[in-house]
Amino acid sequence: MADITLVEAITQALAYEMRKDKDVVILGEDVGKDGGVFRATLGLLNEFGPERVRDTPLAESMIAGLAIGMAAQGLKPVAEFQFMGFIYPAYDQIVNHAARIRNRTRGRLSCPVVFRTPYGAGIHAPEHHSESTEAIFAHIPGLRVVVPSSPARAYGLLLASIRDPDPVIFLEPSRLYRWAKQEVPDDGKALPLDVCFTLRVGTDVTLVTWGAMVKETLAAADTLAKQGISAEVIDVATIKPLDIETILASVEKTGRCVIIHEAARSCGVGADISAQIAERGLMFLQAPVQRVTGYDTIVPYARLEKLYIPNEKQILAAVTNVMEFA
Amino acid sequence: MNVVAKFEIPYYQCLDESSILHGNLPDSVKDTKQLVKLYRLMVLLRIFDTKAIALQRTGKLGTYPSTRGQEAVFVGMGAALANDDVFVPYYRDVGTLIQRGVKLSDILLYWGGDERGNCYHKDSEDFPYSVPVGSQPLHGAGIATALKIRGEKRAVLVTCGDGASSQGDFYEALNVAGAWKLPIVFVVSNNQWAISVPRSAQSASQTIAQKAVAAGIEGEQVDGNDVIAVCDRVTLALKKAREKNEPVLLEILSYRQSDHTTADDASRYEPQGIREKEWLKEPIGRMRKYLEAAKLWDEEKEKALQAECSVDVEGVVKEYLNTPPQSPESMFDSLYAKLPDIYLEQREQLIQKEIVAHG
Repeated sequence: MADITLVEAITQALAYEMRKDKDVVILGEDVGKDGGVFRATLGLLNEFGPERVRDTPLAESMIAGLAIGMAAQGLKPVAEFQFMGFIYPAYDQIVNHAARIRNRTRGRLSCPVVFRTPYGAGIHAPEHHSESTEAIFAHIPGLRVVVPSSPARAYGLLLASIRDPDPVIFLEPSRLYRWAKQEVPDDGKALPLDVCFTLRVGTDVTLVTWGAMVKETLAAADTLAKQGISAEVIDVATIKPLDIETILASVEKTGRCVIIHEAARSCGVGADISAQIAERGLMFLQAPVQRVTGYDTIVPYARLEKLYIPNEKQILAAVTNVMEFA
Repeated sequence: MNVVAKFEIPYYQCLDESSILHGNLPDSVKDTKQLVKLYRLMVLLRIFDTKAIALQRTGKLGTYPSTRGQEAVFVGMGAALANDDVFVPYYRDVGTLIQRGVKLSDILLYWGGDERGNCYHKDSEDFPYSVPVGSQPLHGAGIATALKIRGEKRAVLVTCGDGASSQGDFYEALNVAGAWKLPIVFVVSNNQWAISVPRSAQSASQTIAQKAVAAGIEGEQVDGNDVIAVCDRVTLALKKAREKNEPVLLEILSYRQSDHTTADDASRYEPQGIREKEWLKEPIGRMRKYLEAAKLWDEEKEKALQAECSVDVEGVVKEYLNTPPQSPESMFDSLYAKLPDIYLEQREQLIQKEIVAHG
């Protein structure tokens, strides 16, 4: 079996579920012949035809609104937004309708939609193509926010998201789309939602992260191991609802925590994790929780974006802070 | 110079302001029982509406949007819908919903602040009112997409007001309905006001119906004080949608004979005298006069109907007021198919809060 990239794992999961479930329908801009701007839907039009792989007019609110209506009829739409920076016209539809329709009708109607979008910086794209604004979705009751960080997790979590009976915002770290390859059996096995994945077991410090920052965090853990520091690495994976229990259990063990995310710091998801550790795990802590995040500024255009993204050095410096705190 | 596009917008009316029928009764509304039924529903709607406002004024109902003067629009649409069509309403569509199996007591329950008013009945595929104005035409287009994918001969009817026709989602829905040839009918119930902003300030477009033209679909105006025309034009449009996948935009013209909602005071902006002038075209009196001339109605029947509707509405109010409250935790229980464990603690805290509060 050939190793595949994260974006190929997305395609593999979509194709698997479309073969299995005729209610799964894809819609979005350029998802048909073009296979999407990142080729995540490549080949699906040929296999499943234009009724189930639908190129839409160019209007993001429309994509979301259509998906909501389709889902209420029992279809399982997977809607693609080309970049997270373009999702905001759909925010009203997602927040006011997708997240609420089950609650508003006390379960009579529901919204089993997956809203997929690439997100994050680091691919030298134009302006508005590099945002990490997961927190503005994680704040909304009724939604799930899921972020894969490897080909295998992309496959398993996307299958789980399509099968989930509620709306899922599925954020694909574009920086990782073609970064690493991995063997991903096309066995249709979903991974669980609503739980963190412990990618590396350690005893001295807990590193909590998700999405593209998993890459730098694992690299930092390798470096720390050489220095004799044993880091536990937790990939949050489902940002909402947040599996705080796994994080707390780890912090209880290590006594130290560094949270790493690419999104801007203020009101980022790291703030919520840090607050929950303070509320429920203060007695475990041997040092204050540290955050390594993007800056509170607009993600810069291509030439400066590398400076914006947190790097391994920053993670190591934060770990040094918590290890040396006294 | 070459002219590359031209358009015209037809206006449909059957029963004029003097209750004179022009031409024959249309096929969809030629049954006399049907004519009387439409009239009876309009009368019921007005009596219900008057009662709902009274309930709000006495603190027994929340903010409520009146349907006064627009009865023909909602009743006519409801009569045109087939049972297995899907209806996506806006917040004044009471007269349509009651023909979709929704109980009047549930409509009061909704405006009384209780989500269970949106439950309708368990087999209903109809949407609840869209409160964010103008977002629902896209849901209608999505439903129509699903019907078309499955090859079902059903149609969607989606409604909104004249103000909503300025929303981007409205245009996006018309556009995709045209591009994808969806089985959908869009109705703009143009009552001349979006709260305080008059139709003339909403758009420079001569008609709202012509907004269909840019989407490549048909648009027409209908006299919304003429229940026969409304019922007929919506029936034909739905048929076209079902059988030919040809979407239609209907602009149905009436006048809001009320404040925007009970939270509004139209005397702050509505020119004096206009409401009285528009009242001369009002739909119920117009239809009654026609039915009486056709010997289908008389004073005695009218008295009996008024009494019957009043009794019915009193019963509805009683049922509404006697509805047991929702449990506090119901605010969590339909949030997801299964509430994620992480929120169980908050749900429990809420239950405890309630015990303390009433303890």
